Amino acid sequence: MSSLTVKDLTKAFGTTPVLTGVDLHVPSGSFTALLGPSGCGKTTLLRLIAGFEDPDTGTVAVGDRVVAGAGRGVAARRRGIGFVPQEGGLFPHLTVAGNISFGLPRRQRRDGGRVRDLLQLVGLDADLADRSPHQLSGGQQQRVALARALAPEPSLVLLDEPFSSLDAALREETRLAVSAALTASGATAVLVTHDQAEALSMADQVAVLRDGRLVQRTDPRTLYRRPGDLDVALFVGEAVVLDAEIRDGRAHCALGSLAYEQTSADPVADGAARVLLRPEQLRLSAPVPTAPGARGPIAKVRSVDFYGHDSRAWLELPGGVRVSARLEGVDLPSAGDDVSVTVRGTALVFPPVGTGLPGYPDSVPAHLA
Amino acid sequence: MPAARGSRPSAGARDGVPLRRFPVTLLLACAVAALALLPLGYIATYTVDVGWSGIQELVFRPRVAELLWNTGRLVVGTVLVCGVLGVGAAWLVERSSVPLRRLWHVLLVAPLAVPAFVNSYAWISLLPGLDTYGGALLVVSLSYFPFVYLPVVAAFRGLDPALEETARGLGLSSWAVFRRVQLPQLRVAVLGGSLLVAVHLLAEFGALRMLRYPTFTTAIYDQYRATFNGPGATMLAGVLVLLCLALLLAELRLRGRRGYARTGRGAARPVRPVALRRLTVPSLVGLAGLVGLALVVPVGSLAYWMATGSSTALSLPTLATTTGTTLALAAAAAVVTVVLAVPTGWLAVRARGRVSTLLERSTYLGSSVPGIVVALALVTISLRATPWLYQTVPVLLAAYAILFLPRAIVTVRSAVEQSPPLYDDVAASLGSSAPDRLRRVTLPLLAPGIGAGAALVFLAVVTELTATLLLAPTGTITLATAFWSASSALEYGAAAPYAVIMVLLSAPATVLLSRDARRGLTT
Repeated sequence: MSSLTVKDLTKAFGTTPVLTGVDLHVPSGSFTALLGPSGCGKTTLLRLIAGFEDPDTGTVAVGDRVVAGAGRGVAARRRGIGFVPQEGGLFPHLTVAGNISFGLPRRQRRDGGRVRDLLQLVGLDADLADRSPHQLSGGQQQRVALARALAPEPSLVLLDEPFSSLDAALREETRLAVSAALTASGATAVLVTHDQAEALSMADQVAVLRDGRLVQRTDPRTLYRRPGDLDVALFVGEAVVLDAEIRDGRAHCALGSLAYEQTSADPVADGAARVLLRPEQLRLSAPVPTAPGARGPIAKVRSVDFYGHDSRAWLELPGGVRVSARLEGVDLPSAGDDVSVTVRGTALVFPPVGTGLPGYPDSVPAHLA
Repeated sequence: MPAARGSRPSAGARDGVPLRRFPVTLLLACAVAALALLPLGYIATYTVDVGWSGIQELVFRPRVAELLWNTGRLVVGTVLVCGVLGVGAAWLVERSSVPLRRLWHVLLVAPLAVPAFVNSYAWISLLPGLDTYGGALLVVSLSYFPFVYLPVVAAFRGLDPALEETARGLGLSSWAVFRRVQLPQLRVAVLGGSLLVAVHLLAEFGALRMLRYPTFTTAIYDQYRATFNGPGATMLAGVLVLLCLALLLAELRLRGRRGYARTGRGAARPVRPVALRRLTVPSLVGLAGLVGLALVVPVGSLAYWMATGSSTALSLPTLATTTGTTLALAAAAAVVTVVLAVPTGWLAVRARGRVSTLLERSTYLGSSVPGIVVALALVTISLRATPWLYQTVPVLLAAYAILFLPRAIVTVRSAVEQSPPLYDDVAASLGSSAPDRLRRVTLPLLAPGIGAGAALVFLAVVTELTATLLLAPTGTITLATAFWSASSALEYGAAAPYAVIMVLLSAPATVLLSRDARRGLTT
């Protein structure tokens, strides 16, 4: 296993810039997720690391060895980097065993024991060795693809959206198997995904890519709790965003006066700002007819989405602002009920509309607004 | 994020960037395109040499007008007859309740296994009075109507039955549904099939010569026999090539509009056939009549001549030698053509762009030239430039390659499409070198496509007559030329065994065509 260091990587196709000055460090043995929306350049970054494309500028180093840039271009086949493409990319003309042993030295290819070990590593039955790829389910294909990538004992494994083509039930199972196999093999891994739940649940470190730039790199918990800007905050999870006024060390907004913490490097001054809460921070209770503001505002429940393990309530606050709250348990309000809303924990403050990054998506779906 | 991966690199490809990554392949594809355009280039150069006054003298004369009239009315008549027969039969098989639909489908494709010149031999040997316009129209229509039938069947299968059900729900009768809903959607298929009929007819030599119906191809042949490579034959070839190019242009324009019918995916669910009721018996009689004329007559005629005439003339060793020669030539042509097709087919997919499209189209352009013109051009060029190659197997193989390259390119191309560069990337990441990747990944993945292409070329060469007649080395006798010399000498019995072997060898290709109606004809 080795670390991966990417420095100031730039790539353009024709006149379209895809990556601009990306820096990334992946510690040896860690699992890093590259998270970003479609078209942000994350797959291109992966292909540059693998050696399928050459960067315009910048360097890629595996351990201490520079493999791309600075006048060097090590061919993909000499990099020792395993690659798991979308939908597996198993060679259709070879059996499972033929696929897994493809990258092994000629003498080891006939060794059935090696193939069995690798199948076991990814949690598959040894009987599958003689099957053709088209006889496998999508999840099995992904696992065989991982076994194939791990077979030559690469220092680094790259996974390009390996779970996006699987249905929900299979995805969870395949994720667990892949995580276990990667941990057991001890390989350094980089996973590309646009699914924030996947990135947050699997990785030790998440790197958020936006418009060809790396905007934040941190561990999953920090990323969710202290996102660098509002865009990242909205991308990594559902959010309640409200206009607020900062006064006397508290944020005053439609949900009352809230304790807050700063996130960005330059603190937000007193005056107009925006606050961000996660829906699970809102607590609903029966309305208490005391002095207004003492226990938070009274809201009207517009609708409730029931998911079984939890629910989401869409609330209308006084003044017409709509927010969502995530609720656990079975004691749920009904549409039309009045509820009292309190906030657990602290809010995050961001600069007001117009000063931050423009055009963040509304936190309320259009059909409810 | 398929958008970023798929669209952006191909935007670069349009600028020709990846072409630089395959310099050797590009060079080979250019050489192949040059070979394909050789006959066309010869005709063009010759025309320029002759000059305007020469053209006036050689082209603007009553003989050419007569040939144009003959060719024109035969093409128009055949296209109309084939259109009616092809669309009608396709509707009955695909959309009506006529019994035994699968059997009818096979029987309606089967005439393709009988080469047109064998079909006309079968007819004229029974009815010597068929050497008229009507006779020619009958015989070539019976040979060519599957060219319309097959694409229309494919289009019917691709039509969304929901549209027809909606129309019926709006109160339209079966006839109105056909005329107002189905026919407009079949337009592209019908036009495409008609163009195919026209192109084949312009290039047809054997069938029309046997029916003694004079058209451009037979006139070129007579001129060539009389004056070898005189300007008369070449100028006639020039006019014929112009007609072919006009059709090719129409075909290219039509291709741009394909996708009108919902092709690619099959119909979402089975269609409920239209009940024929009282029309069932007339429909069956019609289909039986068509199959009888197109299949039973030639097969019966062959059987008759086999039974009555061949005993006196048949020599088994000669037959075996001729078959062996034909198979060897066809196999060599298949290998050569497929090898030539690989660079072009590869570039057309992996370095998509103007240059590779141009290279691919060049081979289509080259093969749209009728066999007789290709042969004429190669005879003249080899006599002038490389006399030691005149009447040798390599020149004959070159002619086969020029004529049948598109068949191989189409299959190689679709094979390359089915082996995306991803496999190459994955193999590289597993430490495999370029030659190793070619051996372990690329070639195994391309093998089925290359094999299919080779089989198509092989089967086409087995029944090729025109170019073989002109270019085969002295003493090299193929099934087609042996059949030709026997039937030209009116030794119908002696000709029959060769015809039977050709039909038997063509049968596998026909079976393939009837299974997959969408492929194979676009070349």
